[in-house]
Amino acid sequence: MDHTNGVTRRTFFRTAGLLGAAVATSGLAGFSSVARASDAPAVNIDELIAKQVGAGPIAMEKVALDIPATAENAALVRMPITVDHPMEANNFIQSVILVIDNNPNPLVAQFELLPESGKVSLEFRARMAKSSKVRVIAKSNSGKLYGLVKDIQVAAGGCAG
Amino acid sequence: MADEIGNPKIRGPKDPVKKGDLVEIKSLIKHPMESGLRKDKETDTLIPAHFIDQVVVEYGGKQVLKATWTGAVSKDPFFSFFVKAEATGPLKMTWKDNKGQSFSAEAMITVA
Repeated sequence: MDHTNGVTRRTFFRTAGLLGAAVATSGLAGFSSVARASDAPAVNIDELIAKQVGAGPIAMEKVALDIPATAENAALVRMPITVDHPMEANNFIQSVILVIDNNPNPLVAQFELLPESGKVSLEFRARMAKSSKVRVIAKSNSGKLYGLVKDIQVAAGGCAG
Repeated sequence: MADEIGNPKIRGPKDPVKKGDLVEIKSLIKHPMESGLRKDKETDTLIPAHFIDQVVVEYGGKQVLKATWTGAVSKDPFFSFFVKAEATGPLKMTWKDNKGQSFSAEAMITVA
């Protein structure tokens, strides 16, 4: 935990150095502005998604990520993904990605599926470096994109353990 | 870090299922899932990346699911998913990590 804070502090000073007065407002408030200053993801998220599943409009429907808005343990955040879509021979979800905007490497996992899955209901656990938007994008075999964005708050850094 | 590694486990339906049933498969494997971004506190050097980057699921000899993971998947990864029971056959999972190590486990799906 000390270690995690150390990195955060170092990142903070680097960020503060770059942003100067904008970040170095005041004492404790300065710490919360760290979170805001570093909220900008490490990479362009739209480009990352386009690279993985193709560019195009994403319908914000059919996808669910049934978790609380606050993660108790950032090193172990349940990611139960469901996509309400048929899994039939000519009409199925072929790819699902999970992106955590504020992780050092935002693309966390990608799943390639076939109609043999019967339904899209996947679950795994992920680490969250800090509070972040979590996105799930699903792509059908005909190239249609469905998605979901959820803001998840974490209590502490998830890099450890 | 003498973490235990491997010991893959799969749990499918215990009892025979009907053809067409959607069955849940749960899996667990011991793995440090080191992202390569974490520092060793004592030596102040980065702990090398060591994580499972690919999981393949085969049912009755046919690949039905493939997952590509990064170091942001949690340590000792749990993974569950569904398959549609078509015929009695083995469900095999293979986990591969970025150092080329591979682990696999099987569960039998029995269609009555």
